[in-house]
Amino acid sequence: MHKDRLKNTLKHGAIWGFIVLELIFFSVAGEFLSLSDRAFMDVDNMLLLLKQSAPIGIIAVGMTVIMINGNIDLSVGAIFALAAIVMLDSMTWPVFAGLGDGVIPVSWLLALLTGCALGLINGFVVWKTGVDAFIVTLGAMLGYRGLVFMYNGEQPTYHLNWTMVDFAEADILGLESPAIVFLATVLVVWLVMTRTVHGRNAYAIGDNRDAAVNAGIRVGPHIVMNFVLIGFLAALSAVAFYSASGSVNPNDGMLFELWAITAVVLGGTKLTGGRGSVIGTLGGVIAIQILRKGLGHIGADSETVNLVIGTILILVLLLDRQLNRKGAEELKV
Amino acid sequence: MPELNMKSLGGFLARQGILVAFIVFMIGFALWNPRFIDPDNLFGVVRSSAILGVMALGVTFVVIGGNLDLSVGSMMSFSAIVVLDLHENPAFGPALAILAMFALTLCLGAINGYLIGYLRLNSLIVTLGMLSAIHGLTLTYSGGQNMDIANQSATWFDVFGRGTAMGIPIPVLIFGLLAAVLGILLSKTPFGRKVYAVGGNGTAATFSGIPRARVVFLTYMISAFCVATAGLIQASRTMGAQNTVGQGLELEVLAAVILGGASLLGGSGTVFKTVIGVLILGFIQNGLLLAGLEFYVQFVVTWVIIILAVWLDIAAKRGRLLSPIA
Amino acid sequence: MTDQTPALRLEGIVKTFPGVRALDGVSFTVMPGEVHALMGENGAGKSTLMKVLGGIYQPDEGSILIAERETVMANPLEAKANGVMFIHQELSLAEELSVAENIYLGELPTKSFGRVDWETLYSRTDAILEKLKVGFNARTIVGDLSIANQQMVEIARALTVDAKAVIFDEPTASLTDSEKVVLFDVITDLKAQGVGIIYISHRMEEIFKMTDRISVLRDGEYRGTLNTRDTNEDEVTQLMIGRSLDLSRNTAPVKLGPVALRVEGLACGHLFEDVSFEVHEGEVLGFYGLVGAGRTEIAETLFGLRTPTSGRIFLKGEEVAIKSPIDAIAKGISLVPESRKEQGLVLGMNCRDNITLPQVSDLRAGPFVAEGAEISIYDQYRDRLEIKAPSWKSIVGNLSGGNQQKIVIGKWLSMRPEVLIVDEPTRGIDVGSKSEIHNLLRDLAHQGYAVIVISSEMPEVLHVSDRILAMYSGRIMREFSAAEVTEDNLIQAISGITGDAA
Repeated sequence: MHKDRLKNTLKHGAIWGFIVLELIFFSVAGEFLSLSDRAFMDVDNMLLLLKQSAPIGIIAVGMTVIMINGNIDLSVGAIFALAAIVMLDSMTWPVFAGLGDGVIPVSWLLALLTGCALGLINGFVVWKTGVDAFIVTLGAMLGYRGLVFMYNGEQPTYHLNWTMVDFAEADILGLESPAIVFLATVLVVWLVMTRTVHGRNAYAIGDNRDAAVNAGIRVGPHIVMNFVLIGFLAALSAVAFYSASGSVNPNDGMLFELWAITAVVLGGTKLTGGRGSVIGTLGGVIAIQILRKGLGHIGADSETVNLVIGTILILVLLLDRQLNRKGAEELKV
Repeated sequence: MPELNMKSLGGFLARQGILVAFIVFMIGFALWNPRFIDPDNLFGVVRSSAILGVMALGVTFVVIGGNLDLSVGSMMSFSAIVVLDLHENPAFGPALAILAMFALTLCLGAINGYLIGYLRLNSLIVTLGMLSAIHGLTLTYSGGQNMDIANQSATWFDVFGRGTAMGIPIPVLIFGLLAAVLGILLSKTPFGRKVYAVGGNGTAATFSGIPRARVVFLTYMISAFCVATAGLIQASRTMGAQNTVGQGLELEVLAAVILGGASLLGGSGTVFKTVIGVLILGFIQNGLLLAGLEFYVQFVVTWVIIILAVWLDIAAKRGRLLSPIA
Repeated sequence: MTDQTPALRLEGIVKTFPGVRALDGVSFTVMPGEVHALMGENGAGKSTLMKVLGGIYQPDEGSILIAERETVMANPLEAKANGVMFIHQELSLAEELSVAENIYLGELPTKSFGRVDWETLYSRTDAILEKLKVGFNARTIVGDLSIANQQMVEIARALTVDAKAVIFDEPTASLTDSEKVVLFDVITDLKAQGVGIIYISHRMEEIFKMTDRISVLRDGEYRGTLNTRDTNEDEVTQLMIGRSLDLSRNTAPVKLGPVALRVEGLACGHLFEDVSFEVHEGEVLGFYGLVGAGRTEIAETLFGLRTPTSGRIFLKGEEVAIKSPIDAIAKGISLVPESRKEQGLVLGMNCRDNITLPQVSDLRAGPFVAEGAEISIYDQYRDRLEIKAPSWKSIVGNLSGGNQQKIVIGKWLSMRPEVLIVDEPTRGIDVGSKSEIHNLLRDLAHQGYAVIVISSEMPEVLHVSDRILAMYSGRIMREFSAAEVTEDNLIQAISGITGDAA
C-alpha cells in the first residue's frame, strides 16, 4: 500500500519535480554559460515566461479535457489562426465603422464565436458520424488551415488598434493579460473538472464509455460541448495574444496542437483517457517553456531546443513505463 | 434516424466507398474541364504525387502494424538536406552521398523502431518527439541554411527527380516499382502476414509465436527507407531544398493512407488502396485547379472528402448511417 | 409462492437483428421475492433478453410489465427509474473515479451551476455501503479494489433504487468461495425485501442451491420453467440442448507413454511456488482450482510468457529454459490460451490465416507464402474438428464461440506439439461443441499426445482428466488419480484444506 502510494505521488508529482530540476540546472548552468548578466530565475524572467506560455498553455488546458474524454483535437492551431484573422480583420469591416473603439469587444466576440463554431463542427461530426476524433480533427486541421489561407492568401492579416494594444499589454502586479487569462483558464477549468457533474462525467466517459452510456450519461452532447470548449479556448488564446501583436501570418499556430499534446502528456494525462488533471498540464506547459528559455539562456540555439524537447518527451515516456512495470510477474507480451 | 439498408445498392456503393468516390470525382472533373482527362495532365498528376506516394507506402506498413509515424515529414527534410550537402562534399560525391543518406535515415527509422517495437512506447508520442528532434537535427546539420547544388549540369544526380525512361518520368517509375514490390511483400509473404497479425491483435500474435517487436521494428525501417527514397527524389528534382521541405507532409501522407481505407487501429489496408488514396489527393488538387478554384480550396475539399470517406466506410460496417452514440 | 402480482412479466418479446431472430416471442414471469434462474446455451438469447429488460435494446414486439403495468424502457436510466437493475458480467465501472461517483454515475446530486453536492453524495453512499458490510468506503478509487469488491460496488448501485427486479449475469465468475458467500447473503437479503431476482449462470451447483425456479431459453425461444426443488440437472440440460449431456466420470484405462514434460520446484514470484509434476504421453493431466490459484500462470511460464524465478523444466528428459513463445513452440509446447478473443485469435483475419499463423514462416514457396498448403491445412482441421464456417475466407470474428475455439485448437494441433496445454477449453461455449471438444481431448491422449487441461468447471475436469492436480493459492495441494477423486475431496483440496485436516 505504501509503496503504491509513493509511486502514485511520484507519478503525479513528477512534472513538478522535473520543473524544480530544470530551474536548478539552468540557474546554475546560466551562471557559467549565459551571455546575459541576469540570473535565470529573475522575477521579470519568470513573469515573462508565464506570459509566453499562455498561447499554447490556454489551448493545452482545453486539450486536457478533450484527452480525458478519450479524444484528441489536431485542429486547434488552425482554429487559433482563423480566430485571430477574424478578430483583426473584422475591425476593418465597414459595418462597424461607426463604433470607433467600441469595435474591440465586438471583434473579440466574433473571434470567440468563430472558435466555438469550428469546435461545434468538429464535435458534431465526431458525434453523429462515429468517426474517430483523430481523423475528424486531422481533416479539420487541413480544412480550417485551408480557410485561413483562403482568407488572404499568403499575406499576413493585420490591424493596429492602439487602445486594444494598450489594454492587452496592461499588467496587474507584473502579470500581463495573456498570463492572467492563462491562469484564470486553468482555475476555471480545474474547478469544472473536479467539482461539477460535467467534469466528473468527462472522466467517466474517457474511462469506461459503455458504463457511462448505461448510466444514462448523454455522451454525444457532452463530447460536443468539450469540442466547443477547446475551440473557444483556442480562440481565447488568439484574442489574448494577437490583441497585443496586431498581425497574424497564415502559418501561425502551426504545430500548436502537437505542443499542447506534449504538455498534456508531460503533465500526466493518459492518451487513452479517463485520467489526468489540468494542474498537471499547467506543469507540463511551464516545464516546456522553462526548457525553451533555459536553453536560450545558456546560449543554445533554437535548433537545439527542438532536438532537446523531442528527446525529453521520449525520456518521459520511458520513465512512465518504468514506473508502471510490475516486475517479474509481468506477462512478456 | 433511418437505418441505411446495407444490402441495397446504396449499401453496396457505400462499401466500395472510396473507389466509387474516386470514379465519381474523375467523371465530375472531366465534365467540368475536359483538359482534366488529357493524358499529359493525368501523367503530370501522377508525377507530382510520386513523392507523397512513396512516403505513403512506408507509412502503410506502420499503420497496418497498428502504429503511427508522424516523423516522416521532418525525416524527409533531413534526407533531402543531407544528400544535397554530401553531394557537394568532395569526399563523398553523388553516389556515396546517396548511400550515406540512406544509412543515416535508416538509423533514424531504427530509433523509431526500437523505441516503439522493443520498448513498447506509444507511437504517437514517440514519432511526435522524433518529428521535433529530427527537425532540430536538420537545422543543426544545415546550420539553418538551405542546401543547393552549385553546378547543376555537371552531375547525373537530377535523374531521379527529372529523368525519364521509356517516356515515363523516373519518379513515377520509382513509385510504381516500389508500390509493386512492397505490395507483394505485404500481401504475399510471411512478413506481410505477420504485420497484419501484429496490427490486428498484438497479444494474439505474441501468443502465436510471432516476434512482435521485430515486426514493428521492420515496419519503421521500411517507412524510413521510403522516406529516404522520397527525399532523394525531392532533392534530385529541385537540385536544392529548404530545410523545411517536408514539413506538414506527415499529415498529407496520413490522409492518403486513411483515404485508402486503412484503419488507424491496425490490421487492415493494402498498398493498392494507399496508392488510390494518394492519387485521389493528387487528382483533387489538380481537378480543383483546373476548375479555376484557388489553390487552398483543395484543403477544404480534402477535409470533407476524408470525413465522408471514413464515415461511409464505418457506416457500411455497422449497418447504420448515423452513429448510435446517445 | 402465494397469489401475488408478478414483480416483472415479459410477454411475447421479439427482437431481431439483421439476419438473426434473437428472441422469438419470449414470455417469462418473475415473482417478488423469488430467485429465478435463466439458463440456456450461449446464443440462446439470455443476454439479449436481459438487455431488453435493462433498457439497452428496444423490443420489436411484445411488452414488459412491471407490477402488471405496461412499461417502456427506452434506456438504462429509465429501466433503473422503473426499478430494474442489471448487474453485468463485464463490470460497468469507471476505474478512475471513486466508489461514490460510480454508484451514482449519471445521477450525481447537485448544487447550483452543476456543481457536485459532495456531502450528500458521500453520506448516501456510506449508508448503502454499511448495509452491505463492505470493507471499503465511499471515497476509495474503484480501480484500487479487488474484483470481488468491484462487484460489490455494482451491487450497491442496485440498492440506490427501490429495485423491483435485479438481474445478476454470471456473478460468481471471479469470486472466491468466501466472496460467494457474501454475494449469496446479499441475494437472500434482497429476496427478503421482496425483490425479484433473475440469476443467469451456467453453474448448476449454484443454481440448484440458490434458486426457486429455472427458466430455459433455446435458440431464442422460451422452452419452459421448472421448479428447482422438483427437478434435476439432467432435466434442465434436456430443455437446454434437447438431449442429455454425458459428463460421466472418466474411467477409461490409460496407456501411458514416456514422460513428456517434467517440472521441478517451479516458482514465479508469489504467483506460484514449489510446483512439481510430470505429464506422460498418452494422458490428460487436469489442473483444477479457483481463479487466482496460479494455474494459468504456470501455463504461461511453460509457454515462455513469464520468467520463472526458480525451478527446472525438463522436456523429454532434457533440461530446457523457455525464453519466449517462439522458443516454446520450437521446443514442442503449444498453448490454447484462456481468452480466445484476446489471446487466441486475430478476429479480423480469416480462418485459414489464423490457423496457419504460428507456422506461416515455414509454409513457403520461395519468398512467398504457399497459400495452397495453407488451405489444405485448414481443410484438414476443418474436417477433423468439424468447424462450421462458410469457407476459409470467413472472418473469424463472425464465427460462433465454439467454432472460434476449434480454430484455436486446430491452430495448435497443426503444430504437432509434444505437449498441448489447453486453458479453459470450453469457456463460454455451447453445450454441443463442449462435448465435441471433450471427446477431442480424450482422443488426443489416446493418440499419444501429452495433454494438460486447466479448467474451472468441476464436471469438465472430472470428465476429461486421467489425473488431477488441485491448486490453491499458488501451490499444488494434492494429486488425484481418476479413480480416487471425488467432488468432495477435490473441493476441499482447492479450498486450501489439506488431506489431514477435518
